[in-house]
Amino acid sequence: MEIVRSQRKPADAAVVPALSLYRSAPALEVRLEDFELYAIDRLRVLQGISDGLSRGKKPDEMEKLVSELWRAHMRLQDPSEEMNKDIISHFVLRLVYCRTEDLRKWFLSMETSLFRYRFRLESSESQRLLMSEFQLPYKAISHAEFETVKDKLNQVARSTGPSSNAETLFFKVPFEEVPELVAGRRVFMLKGFAYVAMNQIVSLVATQFRSNLSKALVLTNSRKWTSTVRDKEKNRLTPIVEALSTGYLGPDYSQPKEFSEISLKDIDQLASSSFPLCMRHLFDKLRENHHLKHGGRMQLGLFLKAVGLKLEDALAFWKSEFSQKVGAERFDKEYSYSIRHNYGKEGKRTDYTPYACHKIISSTPSVGDHHGCPYRHFRLVDLFNQKSDVLYFLVFIYYNSAMHTIHCESIRAAQKSIVHMLQIFCFSIIVVCNCHSLFNSEENLRAALGKMGVGGRSLDDILDKVRSRHYQVACTLTFEAVHAASCDSGINHPNQYFEASQKTLQTTVS
Amino acid sequence: MLWTPTRIVCNTLINLKSEIFGCYVRILVRREHSSLVSLSSVPFKKGKGEHRNLRLLPTLRLYPRIMTKEETSAERDDMQIDGRELEHLQVSTIPGGFSADYLKLYYGKLFPHADIYRWLSYGNDGKHPACDHSYFGRREFSFTLENDIYVRFQSFNNAVDMENSIREKCPYKIDIGPVYSVDPAKRHAYAQSGNNVFAPVERELIFDIDMSDYDDVRYCCSGADVCLNCWPLMTISMKVLDTALRDDFGFNHILWVYSGRRGVHCWVCDGRARRLSNEQRAAIADYFRVYKGGENNVKKVNLTGPVLHPFLARSYTDVLKGFFEGKLLASQNLFATIERFQKILEIIPDESIASELLDKWQGNRRSSISKEDVNVVRWEQLKHVLQSGKQKAQGLRRCVEEIIFTYTYPRLDMEVSKHMNHLLKAPFCVHPKTGRVCVPIDPYNCDNFDPTTVPTLSQLLEELNMSGMRSESEDEWERTSLGKSIKFFRSSFLSPLLKSCKMESLYNSKVKQSKNALNW
Repeated sequence: MEIVRSQRKPADAAVVPALSLYRSAPALEVRLEDFELYAIDRLRVLQGISDGLSRGKKPDEMEKLVSELWRAHMRLQDPSEEMNKDIISHFVLRLVYCRTEDLRKWFLSMETSLFRYRFRLESSESQRLLMSEFQLPYKAISHAEFETVKDKLNQVARSTGPSSNAETLFFKVPFEEVPELVAGRRVFMLKGFAYVAMNQIVSLVATQFRSNLSKALVLTNSRKWTSTVRDKEKNRLTPIVEALSTGYLGPDYSQPKEFSEISLKDIDQLASSSFPLCMRHLFDKLRENHHLKHGGRMQLGLFLKAVGLKLEDALAFWKSEFSQKVGAERFDKEYSYSIRHNYGKEGKRTDYTPYACHKIISSTPSVGDHHGCPYRHFRLVDLFNQKSDVLYFLVFIYYNSAMHTIHCESIRAAQKSIVHMLQIFCFSIIVVCNCHSLFNSEENLRAALGKMGVGGRSLDDILDKVRSRHYQVACTLTFEAVHAASCDSGINHPNQYFEASQKTLQTTVS
Repeated sequence: MLWTPTRIVCNTLINLKSEIFGCYVRILVRREHSSLVSLSSVPFKKGKGEHRNLRLLPTLRLYPRIMTKEETSAERDDMQIDGRELEHLQVSTIPGGFSADYLKLYYGKLFPHADIYRWLSYGNDGKHPACDHSYFGRREFSFTLENDIYVRFQSFNNAVDMENSIREKCPYKIDIGPVYSVDPAKRHAYAQSGNNVFAPVERELIFDIDMSDYDDVRYCCSGADVCLNCWPLMTISMKVLDTALRDDFGFNHILWVYSGRRGVHCWVCDGRARRLSNEQRAAIADYFRVYKGGENNVKKVNLTGPVLHPFLARSYTDVLKGFFEGKLLASQNLFATIERFQKILEIIPDESIASELLDKWQGNRRSSISKEDVNVVRWEQLKHVLQSGKQKAQGLRRCVEEIIFTYTYPRLDMEVSKHMNHLLKAPFCVHPKTGRVCVPIDPYNCDNFDPTTVPTLSQLLEELNMSGMRSESEDEWERTSLGKSIKFFRSSFLSPLLKSCKMESLYNSKVKQSKNALNW
């Protein structure tokens, strides 16, 4: 069976065996079950990447993850078979994920990540070959040009990290081509050009890959899916394609579940029992300040909507808080619109979906904002970079034992003295290690978790995960500590947290 | 009390009259000084060249509260009022602040409709075959009307449409959105036809810096207020961004605009900037991002690596360092009280150094009666401790830079810059709270910009009133203090921009773009 007839001649005989650019669909015959199975296997890989990214894995961890996923799901005995599987599954998923903007977006970013990490695993020889296959119009800068900007290039290299064995091969490309390098200030910029070192070329190639795929996906939708496949293959491929995209997208929280309608009077109780930390923090801040900035209103508002707060109740809820600060009239004028908007009653009239963890973690709260992921935004990053872990470990032990004693002690005076003593003790160690500020920022999180009733061993575990930037894992552990129940699936969505919490509470009651 | 009119011919009020009330009006405005200002007019025909025929029309009668005998005795010709008296009248006739009536006049007489149109057309308003005549019509405008009524997705086919709509609706605020794939006003019609996706296709790269984001580092004002002590924070933000946008990103057509109250807006209008994707916009915004907020984040600026990126290094040595040490230290009294210097000491990761300095400064509060400014002295002490040979640790040497970046580096509203469909207030709007006009700022001369002397609506109308007697020139705004802003907009921004648009369209018509033949 032939899935699709390529409109152009297939690409020249594969130059680089392992990694395809998927320029054109292969003229291959595929058995119907392979059509589906290959796609499912690839989907497992993409899903794994998506999980890894949302857990905030670092590039080298991702590299490892991708090669493991690939080995587990895509590896075949025969390299040419594997290549075929790679290409076929890619093109099947293109059909599956070309059909709406959301599907395209997800597929695009997962495929690009997959490509990126597979590219990094290639030898530098085949990397160069791949680059030439993209036919990028960029040439390495001449020696003369290199000399003129050498100092700046060195400066950039040193600013990004201590490593970097003086790279001399640079490409001068329009900055638009390497957004991620620009965003991280990892390239030298001059008059609209970014100087990309050979070891950064993966960004350039990945961008190119992404933009090709992005254009191709739109074409796939208009030329293939809507015009031919959907109708002609109504009884054969269409059901497979449609099933593939829905089965794996994870639960949809855009519509509140019927059973979970909540009323205004329960909301405080629910907040303390079942809200994840990010929402609880927003909720508490709202109660405290009677105000939240836009980011916080969106994050909390959409969450509450999905939890089952009806529009009228939501308006009443926000009004009761905001009117204490800005007055009822100003609330009606300025804020009620956006709440109605969230519920799809204004403007574009789309029913907005609540934010998932990934979105919350990657948000960028600024001054006076309370939204974002507390596990990520409460603390300092990058402090561990220069210090030795051993010293930290020691300090933590002292610090924690101190905290522990405090909790156990019942007499105030004794407490005070112990606290005092230990504080001095800790302080001296802290001073030795130059790391007091770590505690300052971590204390906020510590206090917040304490308020949720998390302490002792599990608190340390959570903070440990936070330090290694596994924010969702930290949230999962928090869930487990608060509910004394396991959460195998991990927390990927605040509403998932809420529902899981409700479920656990109900089973323990009944 | 005797009330006799002094007649002053006034050209400014015609639109007010014609558009709100039809023909025959008499409006009384009462103000604090309880002098009465009455506008009256003779009937006039609304028609061709309506506001050109000013001379025929309305009169503004001033009824000063106290009149001398001579003045009451006869209706005087306006030309007879001497200059000093005019000065006086200027202060007292148009009540300060903001009102819909004034705004109507402003849009009728002063707002540079044609320039805004020419700007947002980007050369697509000519007869050249390469012009995209639908271009301007696909641009979204949003109006904020009286009582906060918000109207989105307005679009106009041409300059006349735009001007008429603005004058008729008299928006309190005009926002400019992106250029969409189809006319935004007809987006629903297109949605039904299927293939045409309604999506933004072009948008200036914009930046918004707001003084209220600096509340934790300024002590002179807070919230919506600004003064000349904190405004320089905006000035250096403009310098840092402007230099980077030009030198690093290679942009040339950059418009800086006072936001009317407490901040500045930046419009990068190069073709290349307008066609950036959201992802590329986010990348640029991140390139500029040093400051990381969040209430629970103690250290807002983290500079890692052994050296600074050239952009940060340049900003630091060229702008930030000099400003912090030369100006901000003293103007904000950053080390004057314990709360203030404690905040700075918190940034130092080494607790022993911080407490050493703390003790020192707490102790010798009285003893340092030297003539030198206490802020400067303490800052030098802090620098000395952190940068002395003893401190080998990278983190501590970097700390001086981190402090300066924390206190001075531009704090951008990231979301504004990241997405194409973010709206931004149009230049030359009037801020409803302050009445000040959102005038362009010259980035090369931004040190001299003073937000407290930006013309206000009432001041402009007053100037118009006064000058009305003297000359009858073509462009009304030339007679007001808005004139130099509009001239600056034209000469420094608009004409170079249109020149380059012309070049670009010539180039495009020559080069036939071969589209990537993409397989599905």
